[in-house]
Amino acid sequence: MLRYLLARLLGLPPVLLVIVTASFFIMRIAPGGPFDMDRALPEQVRLNIEAKYHLDEPLLRQYLRYLGDVVQGELGPSYRYPDRSVNELIALGFPVSLTLGLCALSFAVLMGGLAGVLAAIRHNRLADYLTMAVALGGVSIPNFVLGPLLILTFALWLGWLPVAGWGTWRHVVLPSLTLGAFYTAYVARLSRAGMLEVILQDFIRTARAKGVSEALVIARHALPSAVLPVVSYLGPAAAGALTGSVVVETIFSVPGIGRYFVTSALNRDYTMVLGTVVFYSGLLVAFNLVVDCLYAYLDPRVTY
Amino acid sequence: MKRIGVGGLVVALLAAAMLGLGPGAAAQAPVFRINNLVEPESLDPGVVTGVPEHRIISNLFEGLATNDPKDLSPRPGMARSWTLAKDGLTYTFSLRDATWTDGRRVTAHDFVYAWERVLNPKSGAKYAQQLFYLKNGEDYNKGKLTDFAQVGAKALDDKTLQVTLHAPTPYFLFLTTFYTLYPVPRWAIEAHGKDWVKPGKIVSNGPFRLGSWVPQRELTLEKNPAHWDAATVKLPRVVFLPTDDVNTAYKQFLAGDSDWIPTVPPAQIESAKQRPEYYVTPYLGTYYFRFNVTRPPTNDVRVRKALSQAVDRESLTRFVTKAGEIPTSSFVPTNMPGYEGIRGLAFDVAAARKLLAEAGYPDGKGFPKTELLYNTNELHRVITQAVQQMWRENLGIAVELVNVEWKVYLNQQAKLDYQIARAGWIGDYVDPNTFLDMWITGGGNNQTGWSNQRYDELIVRAGRTLDPKERMRLFNEAERLLVVDEVPIVPLYTYVNKGMLSRKVKGWYPNILDQHPLKYLSLER
Repeated sequence: MLRYLLARLLGLPPVLLVIVTASFFIMRIAPGGPFDMDRALPEQVRLNIEAKYHLDEPLLRQYLRYLGDVVQGELGPSYRYPDRSVNELIALGFPVSLTLGLCALSFAVLMGGLAGVLAAIRHNRLADYLTMAVALGGVSIPNFVLGPLLILTFALWLGWLPVAGWGTWRHVVLPSLTLGAFYTAYVARLSRAGMLEVILQDFIRTARAKGVSEALVIARHALPSAVLPVVSYLGPAAAGALTGSVVVETIFSVPGIGRYFVTSALNRDYTMVLGTVVFYSGLLVAFNLVVDCLYAYLDPRVTY
Repeated sequence: MKRIGVGGLVVALLAAAMLGLGPGAAAQAPVFRINNLVEPESLDPGVVTGVPEHRIISNLFEGLATNDPKDLSPRPGMARSWTLAKDGLTYTFSLRDATWTDGRRVTAHDFVYAWERVLNPKSGAKYAQQLFYLKNGEDYNKGKLTDFAQVGAKALDDKTLQVTLHAPTPYFLFLTTFYTLYPVPRWAIEAHGKDWVKPGKIVSNGPFRLGSWVPQRELTLEKNPAHWDAATVKLPRVVFLPTDDVNTAYKQFLAGDSDWIPTVPPAQIESAKQRPEYYVTPYLGTYYFRFNVTRPPTNDVRVRKALSQAVDRESLTRFVTKAGEIPTSSFVPTNMPGYEGIRGLAFDVAAARKLLAEAGYPDGKGFPKTELLYNTNELHRVITQAVQQMWRENLGIAVELVNVEWKVYLNQQAKLDYQIARAGWIGDYVDPNTFLDMWITGGGNNQTGWSNQRYDELIVRAGRTLDPKERMRLFNEAERLLVVDEVPIVPLYTYVNKGMLSRKVKGWYPNILDQHPLKYLSLER
């Protein structure tokens, strides 16, 4: 286990290096630069700015300079927001994205798990069909449709929640629902399938034969095995919820890093794009590692 | 163990989730909430270039002059009064007794410092050109001159600022109301570096001071009680929301979460028009198409004229843009005060077909493959489609639409890598020059490849002319070359400002730049 962990940790830097290198050069291939504006800059002004940010140097030198900074954990200044560094913007945005992602995931696990178990118990009955129909909807409706629909319903018609913004728990509800819908549906399907499989096995029949109440059978005997597929899904889901909040953050004006991810690419804010890419990829790699370890812990059959 | 594992995980997730939330924002006092649509790039007057930044910074700082709320004409600000020498080149500003938010006096040296900072090549200020009006300003920025004492900005004493211009600039006073020319506090900048604009560190001199600023979330301004004109200021607090999804911003307004949104999503125009909060006013800007005159077929002036005359601008604004835009065939907006505009080529299908035939394409036959470039945006898409159809029906030619993302679009225009491109131009100041000097040979914003010696001469002469009448005549002649004789562009319509304003807001006057100094606004309970 320890050796496996070490091997995985050693594999991290090369992966990140490839990502940084690829993103650095792909970003530079895109036409247009960070200082192209609708009002053209006088030639000299443009040269002055490029000199200030070392954009006048040969590309390879810029790349090495950037690598050196990244190794020291310094992601550089943002070209678009000159008062702030990329580190600062990520530090401000990440807790927000994290909160949103975790709320969405918690909602997904609780609601999805519950719905899945319920559907399995009522297999091939109305509750099952209903839950699975809703789940199918949850998987298929894109969040840029769901978000505005939720805003219309809960903010404009009912007036229960704010349209957008961030600051109180009331601001978190709608974006979490929107972001969590897909995962809720997926978790529901996974836990239903897991439950259906477990419920037919011998040890469950034994438990029932011993006269254990049905609720206890489900909760104590069936559930732990049934959630395994859900747990293994949590890793990619967590990564997806954290990095995939781009659209949701824009719709609900949530001040997370997802918004920077999109706008900085459009603005050719090179350092900001690279910063978020590096940060996100580090996060993804770390998540996968954690989940693999968690899986080994939950299922004794898995060894490394 | 296993159960604790899963249960614990969920609890930990929820606990972590709650940590990310700060205290709720209380909004009891009469707060004016503005949907500013994007996160300000900076609050440093010497750094910024955008309109959303201007909405904040013009209230946070104050220049030599400030804007009248009705027509935006210059009124005394930091300068109590000023005189202009007979040659039209030397302004002498007398500063009033005013203080920075840290209690220091605002002096003429603060202006000289700020202007040197913008012009200094090392600071790489994007809007350095706003100070090229000063004598030797451009040379200093180009590094041709390293002694700032030779630039036309001198503090004669603490209260007197002498400004020497490069050429007579009738709109210079208006420019002093623009953020690039604001004074900045040297001591704060030297102490904090780029952090000087952040809450707790910023020192400013405007009618409002910075309350809080959380990027992408909100920025608040508070009344500055120490401001010389604090008696005029009625709003205790102003909130700027950086909602960049315009549909969401519009819904925020409808839900009462904001009091002003300076735009309306194109798809919502029809329903917005039904509401009493909707407003629409002419804007100092022109929507137009550029021709690349270095490439066939638009290198032929007859083709350009034909394309211009085959566009029915009236239908375009009535059925496509729909917000009340004013169809125009001239480039300088017809609402430009003091300027009698030139009429460009009128909609005339017969004349257009005749010109096209003369150019060798009778009924559009043999017209080469031509592309019309636009950047990703719903409005640009429908406008270019409409014009595409007009050209097909009226001239029998097929023009292909090419849609690219914003930065690619800017890049292709700058490199003349296009044939026809949509474009828009908003005036920087209220004078025809801001619409006409861009078309001189090699001008950075020309981007058509068009060059006309006579035109260049007229613009230079207008720049030297003091007599307003003669100046306008020269501009007229220049504009005639642009929209009647040579036609490197097709003006389509004059922009309008469309937005939603809460009816609680008082002291608001529609104006051609949609600028509304906050110190004159108030909220009715």
